[in-house]
Amino acid sequence: MTASVVLKTVNKIYAAKAKNPIYAVRDFSIEIAPGEIVALLGSSGCGKTSTLRMIAGFEEVTKGSIAIGGREIHMLPPARRGVAMAFEGYSLYPPLTLRQNIAFALKSERLGSAETDRRVEEVAKLLELTKHLDRYPATVSAGQQQRASLGRALVRKADLYLLDEPMGQLEPQLRAILRGRLKRYLREHGLTAILVTHDQTEANALADRIAVMEGGVLQQFASPAELKEKPANLYVGTFIGEPPMNVYRVEPQIADGRVSLRAGETELFGYDAARMQDAVVGLLARQSSVVVGVRPADVAVSPANGRGGATAKIVSNQWIGDQSHLESAFGDGVIVATLDGRFAGSSGETLSVSVPPEKLHIFAEDGPALAHGRHLAGEP
Amino acid sequence: MQHMSTGERLLRGVLITLALIFFLFPIFWILLMSFQTNADILRIPPSLFFTPTLDNYVALITGELKTASGVLKLAFMQNLFNSFILSTASVALSLVLAVPAAYAFARYKFRFSEDIAFTLLSFKFAPPLLVLLPLTIYFQQIGLANTYIGLIWVYQLITLPLILWIVRGYFEDISPDIEHAYRIAGHSWAKMFFRISIPLARPGIAAAALLSFIFAWNNFVFALVLASADKQPVTVGALAFVTASGIQYGQIAAAVVISIAPTLALALFAQRYLVEGLSLGAVKG
Repeated sequence: MTASVVLKTVNKIYAAKAKNPIYAVRDFSIEIAPGEIVALLGSSGCGKTSTLRMIAGFEEVTKGSIAIGGREIHMLPPARRGVAMAFEGYSLYPPLTLRQNIAFALKSERLGSAETDRRVEEVAKLLELTKHLDRYPATVSAGQQQRASLGRALVRKADLYLLDEPMGQLEPQLRAILRGRLKRYLREHGLTAILVTHDQTEANALADRIAVMEGGVLQQFASPAELKEKPANLYVGTFIGEPPMNVYRVEPQIADGRVSLRAGETELFGYDAARMQDAVVGLLARQSSVVVGVRPADVAVSPANGRGGATAKIVSNQWIGDQSHLESAFGDGVIVATLDGRFAGSSGETLSVSVPPEKLHIFAEDGPALAHGRHLAGEP
Repeated sequence: MQHMSTGERLLRGVLITLALIFFLFPIFWILLMSFQTNADILRIPPSLFFTPTLDNYVALITGELKTASGVLKLAFMQNLFNSFILSTASVALSLVLAVPAAYAFARYKFRFSEDIAFTLLSFKFAPPLLVLLPLTIYFQQIGLANTYIGLIWVYQLITLPLILWIVRGYFEDISPDIEHAYRIAGHSWAKMFFRISIPLARPGIAAAALLSFIFAWNNFVFALVLASADKQPVTVGALAFVTASGIQYGQIAAAVVISIAPTLALALFAQRYLVEGLSLGAVKG
């Protein structure tokens, strides 16, 4: 029932013959193992939905190939691809109740009515829909419609499940509950699934691997942990993580056993070269200018005039229930730090901020990652 | 409804009554005329009181009109039958052609799609007389003059654009993903079109069919030029009541009553159907 998925240099070009063709998806290649859950993550217009629709068969593949379970499917009509899909806009059939809508998806499988009922009840229970099964789409909430649409996909037996923003309309509590259930359901049945989302929490929670897309191009395809620890480029670095990574353009200066990362006259970060890996020091020595990225959680804050660290002036200090978000003026810009526990400090106070060298992400000015902490990019 | 003062309510009532009288009185008067002899109709001053007679209807149904100058043959029942054939067949043919076309215009963007759709619509506002003369000559040469097929063909000018444009709008309102959801569940395009798209657009298709039926039924000029007596619809056939011995107002009135009956019945029936279809919210996805 479960199958591998291989996309090979898939392109979607609108108005391909016109003067200005629009590249919605460009040379997109990924391989998904049987039973793996993959998220396509990106901001709107990044090509993730186009990719999903090409797999489903609602958009033609301009160039490239798609295979499910070793069978090339990109030339087949949707009905013969063996995929099930949950639509972002629910797309329930208005004259049918939720129960009939979900059961409708089983029509082509020609099951007995007892088996149909059993399967509908099973997904309804999974999605907390049992009470609403006999109502019409127009009379239930958007969240209930969305769950019915998800149910209509899950109730089928397919080689691949495509889920387009499957939880966008749900309330936060229910979303958290259903995320867990959905993941367990997919795992237990060993189902291969591709999820499209712009919500990184959802992608992190559900997916084994995440494909980050921007401008129709795959930026990185990796596990959630790897995306966070070793972003392949500046886009992935700043896109993944909340609040986003702090980034600064700096000129490295290495003299007297000291590495100084300066923005103009100000030293933002300074380290004893002995504390850093030689390879990283060597890399910095070769660059006239790099971009450094610092995750807010990696920023250390201490009272001003302590040794080491640059001074920063608090702009705002927000307590968000389990941590403090501290924003301070730093160099020409700001630095955001997230601190566990409640931080006492108010606007206008000065502090000293520092980042341990093993937490620095170093990117080339044009984007690609050069080093993450102690390792050069590309090293294991 | 907003709260209204007594004065406003009174004014509203008066205005509605005036509008109703304005629109319904002619129909009421025609109905009365259809039960009167020509003498009763033409007396001065006119009166609401008369001895009703069924002579007018009898003349229409038997096809024999007794006038001062003798008995005239009437083809009214044949005309009525022609109207049925022409209108029904025209609408049926238009539905077969225009509903899939409307779907294509709604769903697919192809080269010149807007231009083609607009050209089809432009048939509606081109004056019919512009095309009638050349058409008559062509039709005589290829043997389509005075045939049902020829007339039904020309009637497509009336019915096809109307159905195409109304139904197109309904298809555009159906979310394509409703169709996608059905197709991905293992069904062919054709099955989806007949099982999902058409049923969801049914209120629109019904409204368009009804309207175009009424327009086809009421058409006068195409049939006047292109058909002779045995193929003429009621609209043209009514001219026969303008006889050498005078205008037969009674029969005209009876003919009008009979000929508006089917469209009236259809409108009343379909109106209920339309309201039902729309109130089920069958269109918005």
